[in-house]
Amino acid sequence: MALIIPGLMVFGLWMVDLDYYDPWYKQGPDLHRSIGMIVLLLLLIRLGWRLTNPRPAMESGMANWEKISATLVHWAFYILLFTIITSGYLISTADGRPVVVFELFEISATLTSIPDQEDIAGFVHFYLAVGTVILGGLHALAALKHHFINKDETLRRMIGLSGRQRDQSGV
Amino acid sequence: MKRITLLTFLLAFTSAVCADNYVIDTRGAHAAITFKFKHIGISWLVGHFKTFSGEFTFDPDNIGATTISVDIDPASIDSNHAERDKHMRGAKYFNVAKFPTAKFDSTKVTAADDGMASIEGDLTLHGVTKNIRFDASVVGQGKDPWGGYRAGFEATYTLDTQDFGMSFPPSNTVELGLFIEGIRR
Repeated sequence: MALIIPGLMVFGLWMVDLDYYDPWYKQGPDLHRSIGMIVLLLLLIRLGWRLTNPRPAMESGMANWEKISATLVHWAFYILLFTIITSGYLISTADGRPVVVFELFEISATLTSIPDQEDIAGFVHFYLAVGTVILGGLHALAALKHHFINKDETLRRMIGLSGRQRDQSGV
Repeated sequence: MKRITLLTFLLAFTSAVCADNYVIDTRGAHAAITFKFKHIGISWLVGHFKTFSGEFTFDPDNIGATTISVDIDPASIDSNHAERDKHMRGAKYFNVAKFPTAKFDSTKVTAADDGMASIEGDLTLHGVTKNIRFDASVVGQGKDPWGGYRAGFEATYTLDTQDFGMSFPPSNTVELGLFIEGIRR
C-alpha cells in the first residue's frame, strides 16, 4: 500500500495529461481504475483484520501524544483512502457506466445524478490524493525518526521484520 | 468532407479476407442512435437512446457477408427533458413496462451503388417485429492509436411509427440516425 498509493497518484497525474493519440490514453485510465479497485479490496481486508484482531502494542517509551497521533493517523488513512476510491469511482460511473476491473469483472454505477458529479468527485479525488501522499510522507519520516533517532523497532515492525529485541506481536 | 466509400475499400483490399467481428463501442461512447421527429409539425425534436449494445461482422471484400445486431433499451430514451422522457416511456408511446427491449437483427446485406450497402433486417420495437430496409455507408476504418482496429458506419431510416403501433402525430414519422463505431475483436 505504501508503494501502490503514491504510485497511483503519480500515474494518475501522468495519465490525465496524455495526448488523445497517446497509446496509453485508454490503457492508462483502465489500469488506474483497476488497481484502485484492488486497493479497495486490500483496504477492506486490512480493515476487517484491524477490527477483528488485537492491535500490536506500541513501542514502550512513546509519549501519549505520539500514541494518540499514531492511532489518529491510521484512522485518517482509512477514511482518506475510502473517500479517494469512492470519489474516483464516482467520476468513472457518473454517466452510469460501470468500472471495469482488468476486463475481468465490472462494478456497477450507483450514484449518477449528483449535479456536476464527475467534476466535484474529480476535485475531491485530486486534493485528497495529494493530501494523503503528503501525510504518507510525514508518516514515513516519523518512522525513520523512530528508527534512526529513537532507535526503536517501529520501522522494522511496520515493514514486517520482526523486532530485534522481542517478538513483534508484543501482545 | 470526402467520404471514404465501400468501393474504395473494395479496391484497396483485393485479397480475400474473412469477415471480422466488431463490437460496437458503446463503452467509449463512439456510437449513437439518434431520433428526430416533428414537434407539432413546426420544428424538429432531437434525442437519442442512451443505452444500447451490438455487434457486427464486416469484410470490405464481401459486403454480402455483413451482419449487424443491435439491442436497444427503449427506457433509455433521452430527449433532454426528464418529464418528456417519462411521458415517452409511458403507455402512450414506447410502453417500456410492457415492451422493455427493442432490437435490430440484419437478415440480408447487399452492396449498393456509390459505396452504400443496403441492409435488410428485423426491427422489434413496441412489441412489433417488422422487416425493414435502409442504406448504410462506411465512414472509415483503420488502426486506432491504442492498439485496436476500428470501423465506422452511418445510416438513417425513416420509421413509420404506425407500423409499430405507436402514434406520433401529426406525421407519424421518426427519423432514426445510426452512428456506429466498432472495435475489432
